[in-house]
Amino acid sequence: MDFEIPTELRYAESHEWADERTDAVRVGVSDFAQDELGDIVFVELPAEGAELGAGEEFGVLESIKAVSDIYAPVAGTVVAANEAVVDSPELVNEDPYGDGWLIEVEPAGDLEHLLDASAYEETI
Amino acid sequence: MQRHEQAVWNETSSEGYEPLLSEKDRTTIDVEFEELPDELTRESLELPALSEPEVARHYTRLSQMNYGIDSGPYPLGSCTMKYNPKFTEDVAARSEAAVHPDRPEEAVQGTLQLYHELQEYLGRIGGMDAVTLQPPAGAAGEFTGILVAKAYHERNGDGERRSEVIVPSSAHGTNFASAAMAGYDVVELPGDDDGRVDLEALRSAVGEETAALMLTNPNTLGLFERDIEEIASVVHDAGGLLYYDGANLNALLGRARPGDMGFDIMHYNVHKTFATPHGGGGPGAGPIGVTEELEPFLPSPQVEARNGTYELVEPEHSIGKVHGAMGNWLVLLKTHAYIRRLGDAGLRDTSAKAVLNANYLASQIDLEIPFGPFHHEFVASAGERDAAEFAKRMLDYGVHPPTTKWPEIVPEALMTEPTEAESKTTLDQLAAAFNAVADEDEETIAAAPETTSARYIDQTSAARSPRLSWHALSDDA
Repeated sequence: MDFEIPTELRYAESHEWADERTDAVRVGVSDFAQDELGDIVFVELPAEGAELGAGEEFGVLESIKAVSDIYAPVAGTVVAANEAVVDSPELVNEDPYGDGWLIEVEPAGDLEHLLDASAYEETI
Repeated sequence: MQRHEQAVWNETSSEGYEPLLSEKDRTTIDVEFEELPDELTRESLELPALSEPEVARHYTRLSQMNYGIDSGPYPLGSCTMKYNPKFTEDVAARSEAAVHPDRPEEAVQGTLQLYHELQEYLGRIGGMDAVTLQPPAGAAGEFTGILVAKAYHERNGDGERRSEVIVPSSAHGTNFASAAMAGYDVVELPGDDDGRVDLEALRSAVGEETAALMLTNPNTLGLFERDIEEIASVVHDAGGLLYYDGANLNALLGRARPGDMGFDIMHYNVHKTFATPHGGGGPGAGPIGVTEELEPFLPSPQVEARNGTYELVEPEHSIGKVHGAMGNWLVLLKTHAYIRRLGDAGLRDTSAKAVLNANYLASQIDLEIPFGPFHHEFVASAGERDAAEFAKRMLDYGVHPPTTKWPEIVPEALMTEPTEAESKTTLDQLAAAFNAVADEDEETIAAAPETTSARYIDQTSAARSPRLSWHALSDDA
């Protein structure tokens, strides 16, 4: 199956994406991740102001198949959490790179350690 | 093979009910309360216009739409959904059992005697020095047990340093939750290729931060932890305590005791091992047993026998109360009755038959079963098929399916525990249901169930927009 992997984003091997084109780094999960999880029914996100280390778990996605932790692709401070996905978890399935974003982080470092689209594609 | 057809409630019948002549005048009642404000009064009461046989049939049909162990085999693995013999209900329904919790000790000596005896029986079955009957469920027992461990470490001045509880990846989810609720960091221990605890991984996980290791034995794959003595010494050498999850005690009854294996704390799932009803919200009971060293930390009160009378006593460093009164008395009474009815020989027979039944059933099923031989349960794999859909198709053959998709170590897991109570004929019926579905094509399986009151449930919608009350349902209609 073909999954959408936008080239302008960076990716973690644990299937989160990071977008540094916004003021703060926006974070979500990849198209592959949402497809693997299946219908997502519950999303738990951190409060604004939470401090995250790179690779630290910051929330939970629960689907009808599994409960999965989600990991911060970059270290930093949470400046926004997407309330819309908490109310409507299906947004993560329907639009993982758009309305289904999860948090925005004021980064403490850069994104150099993350994979580009082609490197991420090779891992899935 | 014979197909199963479940009752279906036909709500669309338009014929309605014509009340008997003698009832006609009673179907509505006029009320006049002039002194009450209008918004609190109504013109008539909407009493259902149904006769007694109509009502009796309604509830009988509702009960037939359900599937319980009184309907047929119910092999949910990890749950020991064993048949609850009806005599325990009779015992609990006796008028002598209706005891108010605030009656003085001298007026309830008989009740206290039963509590005391049950403490002793469970202690003997588990190889534990002391038992509290107070926790109201298995998970509550786990939480209580971890609080006892915590109180013990704190008493030793070791509370702050010992901040971790180790839990194998194959453990019940409640183990992780109990440890986290008690304020511990949970360290997940990977299993080895054999489906058991990886001793090397355990050695590197334990340390001076270790408060306890929580272990189920036999584990959730139905496999006995052969290295249990070594596991116990690794944990004890590091100063940690060993906690026994009693969910699978049915496999060992009368044959091996957690206390003898080196466990310091255990809980008993009386609804799994001693045939009391599964709670479904309660009331339940999840007694815990501990070693002598931990006895002073048990919840209060304990029942002690002194000079021929029974007294309530508070353990010296008690963690306090974990439930009202002394736990759920009638559930404990059923446990007591079940143990007394079976006796030593009966309990030994239980574990033998539970293990024999699981291994016989496993031998009759045409699916891959990666581990074994087993104790009381086995985990088959649905292979290329979706385990949940496979299970739903089994409903069409008149049996309750096994637990699905767990433990995750077996892909598309079908975790099956027939229990000691089923006959060979019933086990053959179960095997035939497994094998019939295994032979069917994907399309047939995906369309199931066909014969049940409720067809394929839309789990996604149910989880995303739960409607949990009658009002929510009627608003939608």
